[in-house]
Amino acid sequence: MESFKNSRIKNIILPVVGVAALYMIVQFLISSELLNPYYQIILFLIGINIILAVSLNLINGITGQFSIGHAGFMSVGAYMGAVCTVKLGYPFVVAIIAAFLVAGIMGLFIGVPTLRLRGDYLAIATLGFGEIVRVVLLNIDYVGGAAGIIGIPQLTNWAWLFGSVVITIVVIQNFIRSSHGRACIAIREDELAAELMGVNTTLYKVLAFSIGAAFAGLAGALYAHYFFLIQPTNFNFLKSFDILVMVVLGGMGSTSGCVLAAIFLTIISALLQSFTEVRMILYALVLIIVMIRRPQGLMGNKELSLNLLGKFRRRDKHAAVRDKVTE
Amino acid sequence: MLKCRKLTAILIGILLVVTMVGCGKTSTNTAKDTVKIGLNLELSGAVAEYGQKGQNGANLAIEDMNKKGGVLGKQVEAIALDNKSDNAESASVAASLAQKGIVGIVGCMTSGRTEAAIPVGLQYKLPMISPTGTASEVTVDKATNAVRPYVFRVCFLDPFQGQVMAKFATDELKVKKAAVLFDSSNDYSKGLAQAFETNFTAAGGTIVDKEAYIEKDKDFKATLTKIKAANPEVIFVPGYYNEVGLIVKQGRELGITVPFTGGDGWGSPQLVQIAGAEALANTFFCNHFSASSTDPKVQAFVQAYKAKYNSEPDGFAALGYDAAALMMDAVQRAGSTDPAKVTEALAATSGFQGVAGTITMDKNHNPVKAAVIIGFDNGKEIVKATIKP
Amino acid sequence: MSEFTQQVINGLALGSIYALIALGYTMVYGIIKLINFAHGDVMMVGAYVGYFSITLFGTNLVVALIFSMVVTAILGVAIDYLAYKPLRKSSRIAALITAIGVSLFLEYVFVWLFTPSSRSYTQNVISQKAYHFMANQVTITGKDILILSVTVILMLLLQYTVKKTRVGKAMRAVSLDQEAALLMGINVNRIISFTFAVGSALAAAAGVLIGVYYNSIDPLMGIMPGLKAFVAAVLGGIGSIPGAVAGGYILGILESLVSGYGSSLYRDAVAFGVLILILLIKPTGIFGQDTGEKV
Repeated sequence: MESFKNSRIKNIILPVVGVAALYMIVQFLISSELLNPYYQIILFLIGINIILAVSLNLINGITGQFSIGHAGFMSVGAYMGAVCTVKLGYPFVVAIIAAFLVAGIMGLFIGVPTLRLRGDYLAIATLGFGEIVRVVLLNIDYVGGAAGIIGIPQLTNWAWLFGSVVITIVVIQNFIRSSHGRACIAIREDELAAELMGVNTTLYKVLAFSIGAAFAGLAGALYAHYFFLIQPTNFNFLKSFDILVMVVLGGMGSTSGCVLAAIFLTIISALLQSFTEVRMILYALVLIIVMIRRPQGLMGNKELSLNLLGKFRRRDKHAAVRDKVTE
Repeated sequence: MLKCRKLTAILIGILLVVTMVGCGKTSTNTAKDTVKIGLNLELSGAVAEYGQKGQNGANLAIEDMNKKGGVLGKQVEAIALDNKSDNAESASVAASLAQKGIVGIVGCMTSGRTEAAIPVGLQYKLPMISPTGTASEVTVDKATNAVRPYVFRVCFLDPFQGQVMAKFATDELKVKKAAVLFDSSNDYSKGLAQAFETNFTAAGGTIVDKEAYIEKDKDFKATLTKIKAANPEVIFVPGYYNEVGLIVKQGRELGITVPFTGGDGWGSPQLVQIAGAEALANTFFCNHFSASSTDPKVQAFVQAYKAKYNSEPDGFAALGYDAAALMMDAVQRAGSTDPAKVTEALAATSGFQGVAGTITMDKNHNPVKAAVIIGFDNGKEIVKATIKP
Repeated sequence: MSEFTQQVINGLALGSIYALIALGYTMVYGIIKLINFAHGDVMMVGAYVGYFSITLFGTNLVVALIFSMVVTAILGVAIDYLAYKPLRKSSRIAALITAIGVSLFLEYVFVWLFTPSSRSYTQNVISQKAYHFMANQVTITGKDILILSVTVILMLLLQYTVKKTRVGKAMRAVSLDQEAALLMGINVNRIISFTFAVGSALAAAAGVLIGVYYNSIDPLMGIMPGLKAFVAAVLGGIGSIPGAVAGGYILGILESLVSGYGSSLYRDAVAFGVLILILLIKPTGIFGQDTGEKV
């Protein structure tokens, strides 16, 4: 009974309190203008990148489907959201939901035809889709073509951003921990074996794409409603690459790793504003070195949990068992 | 576990070093008592070339001014940050620059990036001068038709250029049929093509073919073959010199003899290198300035630029120069580094002698300036005409 | 008719370039099952080496071509040794990510070293003669002929190497079954390095030819042709040398025709569309063989 109550505190109350505290502290900093706009921009970029990295991780890390066109989903969400508010005049909520849904459907469109593709072919196909989306958007005058959509109202505030980040992490983490998530992991480990064991690989692959895409769309809509202007060039391969680096660095398969890497890389990128050329070279080197020396990234597929922190203090039977299972 | 800690330690180490270097840079900047101008430019990424040229021009302008004693008795200093040709970065850069005690921002080279930084300028009430952002949206909000209070530019707009070139086609070349080949991945090119079309057809001409290409394309033969088959009397190519050079060259190779015309995106010494002197005969384009102009101010600029950067300046460099020079001139006229006063001075600019023309700001913060039509004589630019608005 | 002919001629020149680059992709994939994302950028390096050879050292075209091919071959081997070899036993995704990293590394080092501006090969490297047919409606330039002939010569050389030499035999053996080849006494690592060398040399040739033909090179020039050449390799059947050649020419001509008769706006999308279609309908490509999946 003792341990049950402890685990209750650990797993539910502490995180909730922690999250609420974080929200209120930052909200205070913003409202009281202690956090100047420069840092605010970085903060919002961090939030958006977290959503992007965690959603890509679901496709790449958890389900093992190598997708490098994630920016395509983001752009679909961004444009959908912008069209809703700027062209159609709907409220922000509608824009967000529309972005989420449309991007998710887009994920369906990508997931189904690419079912038969593996590894490298899948990667190139997703890259191709990302480029096709960009070229198509470039040629549709309704969304401004190359000029994009300007004058998007700044409706993304800290509440929306924080809420979205929390929801993304909670939903995806719960998905991973559920039997659906285990099915995806099985697909990643050995697709043929999974199929033979009765896992509906088709369903789960498509599901992973759709959910990952949907959250990328959400990130896109948040991005659009913060940065005033979107153009097709914002969502090119370099953007997909940025997200990929975060996932790789953090550890494909670890949500907390992706969160950490997203925070780390966004800050590094901001700090390197003065070092123009070196930044990309650094990113490329990071990618190569991580892949060669430590391909599992920072966290491998372990998760940062209170249990892990507890390891430093004492080992108790329950923690040891739980760790073994989640490893 | 050990490896993970090692990697984490290395990463934290990198973070610390970069933070220190990044912070270190800023602290040395604020140590001296100088007039600071922020540069929000595309120094890396897809359009890094334009940003770097613009930076060259701006830095030269500041250097020249410092040699003459600076502004308000103080030396001028440029703080340049790279917006990576990305919109979010541009906003972030503008916000970052705003923390550094600047009087205003020179930037960006492209309309999209400039537009992305508008909310920041508004928030901090900092004036922004875009050297080459040519979309109308940059200074005027299309939805409300109101001028944006803190945004200015030193280049003329796409609609004006399109008008000039259409007039040139009907009045000077005396043609009735035109083909248009524009860069569809670029709002500047699209806008120019649109303006040309509108004005050309209004004057009684017909567009026999309209084709598009994408930035960084190298092969235009297929498209040019199609255009050739439509038998135009002039081909309007409102793109940037990288692609235009190739287009003109390949067009001539295919046997196209009619004139090619274009806008200020052609303006670069590289054009001759790419297209070759022979191909450029019978081509004309409209620009703010020409490096071969006999105007002493222009020549002084060209010589100084060559001496410092070992290459001839193009339109981006010239306009970067003017943007920075105008900013400093406004500070001088305002008599203070208060951004609000500088903004007022900018709006009141009249008869400012830049290297790329004389600038008078209209009520929409756009410069009223003349355009020059440039042709080629054996690969050298020659000014054919000057068109006043 | 004349417009069509001209478009086909345009397509042949374009196709030659795609074919040369596609050959490198296909050979490397055949041997170690890796899509060398950095291949397009290796082509870019070749173009720059050729550029410096002509402008700095003042050599003629042939010398520049050979010099560039040699230097780039060394680069290809170095990339394999440093970046891909450590990952031979790892998952394919790890190798692919590394390849992307190498690609971006090459691009941005060159941007850093040589600025993003484009540079031009000097104008009179080869004759600017043009030949006109069909009442001046169809033009073939000296450069078209140059590209086609260089490509054909290189391809014949390659075919000879692969089919008639011992090294070629070893290459074929390694791509069929690496373990068996190892057991038969073939130095697999050496052969892999050799394959990278040859593939990179061909890419360098393509780069120099692009520099001469289009007269414009810049650090980011390898991205699009690289991607399209990859599509060409897949189209022809990845791992198959005649397939790469066929794929290259088909894609080149297809692109020209789409630009000419359809909309030039969608030209890039065509390449990707072709890719996706092929992957859906016949992933092994025109000349590829379906080896099935062993459980």
